[in-house]
Amino acid sequence: MDNVQYKLNCDLARMLKGGVIMDVTTPEQAKIAEAAGACAVMALERIPADIRAAGGVSRMSDPGMIKGIQQAVSIPVMAKCRIGHIAEARILEAIEIDYIDESEVLSPADDIYHVDKRAFKVPFVCGARDLGEALRRISEGAAMIRTKGEPGTGDVVQAVRHMRKMNQEIRRVANMAEDELYEAAKQLQVPFELLQYVHKNGKLPVVNFAAGGVATPADAALMMLLGAEGVFVGSGIFKSGDPAKRAAAIVKAVTNYQDYKMLAELSCDLGEAMVGINPEEIKVIMEERGI
Amino acid sequence: MQIALLALQGDFAEHEAVFRKLGCATLQLRQKQDLLQKFDALILPGGESTVQGRLLRELDMLSALRQRIRDGLPVLATCAGSILLAQQLLDDPTVHLGTMGISVRRNAYGRQLSSFAIRGTFGGMKDVPMSFIRAPQIEFCVPDVEVLAEYNGRITAVRQGRQLAMTFHPELDEDRRIAEYFLTNIVQKDR
Repeated sequence: MDNVQYKLNCDLARMLKGGVIMDVTTPEQAKIAEAAGACAVMALERIPADIRAAGGVSRMSDPGMIKGIQQAVSIPVMAKCRIGHIAEARILEAIEIDYIDESEVLSPADDIYHVDKRAFKVPFVCGARDLGEALRRISEGAAMIRTKGEPGTGDVVQAVRHMRKMNQEIRRVANMAEDELYEAAKQLQVPFELLQYVHKNGKLPVVNFAAGGVATPADAALMMLLGAEGVFVGSGIFKSGDPAKRAAAIVKAVTNYQDYKMLAELSCDLGEAMVGINPEEIKVIMEERGI
Repeated sequence: MQIALLALQGDFAEHEAVFRKLGCATLQLRQKQDLLQKFDALILPGGESTVQGRLLRELDMLSALRQRIRDGLPVLATCAGSILLAQQLLDDPTVHLGTMGISVRRNAYGRQLSSFAIRGTFGGMKDVPMSFIRAPQIEFCVPDVEVLAEYNGRITAVRQGRQLAMTFHPELDEDRRIAEYFLTNIVQKDR
């Protein structure tokens, strides 16, 4: 990927800001998501909650299924490859996916190396729990970052933890003396130049969304209040009682996250939220994959 | 000079940064009551037109904004913004604001792998950087629409009265000339 393409890829993420990216498993769900105001959809065979329930190895989705979703909607379509699975990433690029999520939600294919995303033309988004993980993924060529959270739980606590941690570290780096950055880069295990960018600008060099456990309009607003530039909603929509209504409410909540009267209205009569599981009840900890 | 940004979804923050650097005050329009504030010009940013169009309706902002534009409010629209202004969308029956005499095709160049950046001519200004991201295309214009930029025979920027629309993203590059053109030739000019 040359610098022009990398900028175009980072800029596509800028177009998604203030929006909601929704997990969908069928063309019908994709149409519901688009009609409800999703700014992009994530095409996958099983949403994270079902991946947890099913257990076993989870892999890239059937490209035929992804193509069906590409044909069903006009908004950008994303899809997931396993961490380090170069071939899955190439397959997704070959079907002209708009964004690849190299995702800890799937079973990692490589327990040491991530995909060399600079070798691709297609953009990548990656999960991160802190500034170090974020800058390592950007160094590998990620054009967008999202918090990992803990997918498929309907529990927002880990997404909050990751967003808070990232922003605390960004503030700490921004306040450092210039000559302290070398040691900080060593400790965080990140390239000096990326850390220097954070020091100068007080933010990541790419767009940063929240993901993992967002289930309600209030959850989405919470992540925006904590500094997210947009929100991924996975299991939270199509595992709930009234997906179309909940999806539309979350979209509006992200735009007007500081209007609490509107949030109150949006939170009414949404039907049943996804059941959710607590951290101590989870067997598979996805956030620990790919650090 | 007060510049309002449609801040429902998309890259309005990038536009806001441009106009602040040019010395303008800015405000964000996120809901109907924001329209009661005083502003001299409107920016329709890039983003997803389906999302912005839906929110304009859901938040009951569409008809009020349409009336303001018809009454002569200066508008700068980029990418998704040009879709909101178009009187007609090809392959799509939806019309959003519909105040500009252009027909626009969404995603005319293809998916993200077909996004591209060039340097082109805009209304006589040479070597202007232009980023096209899943860009739409302006296919037809009514006679009083002035074409300001073209790429490979495709129309990429137009002006009709006080409305300025383009299918690329000047806000994503350091070059400020298009924003300055908008302020000088449209916002600060008497009708």
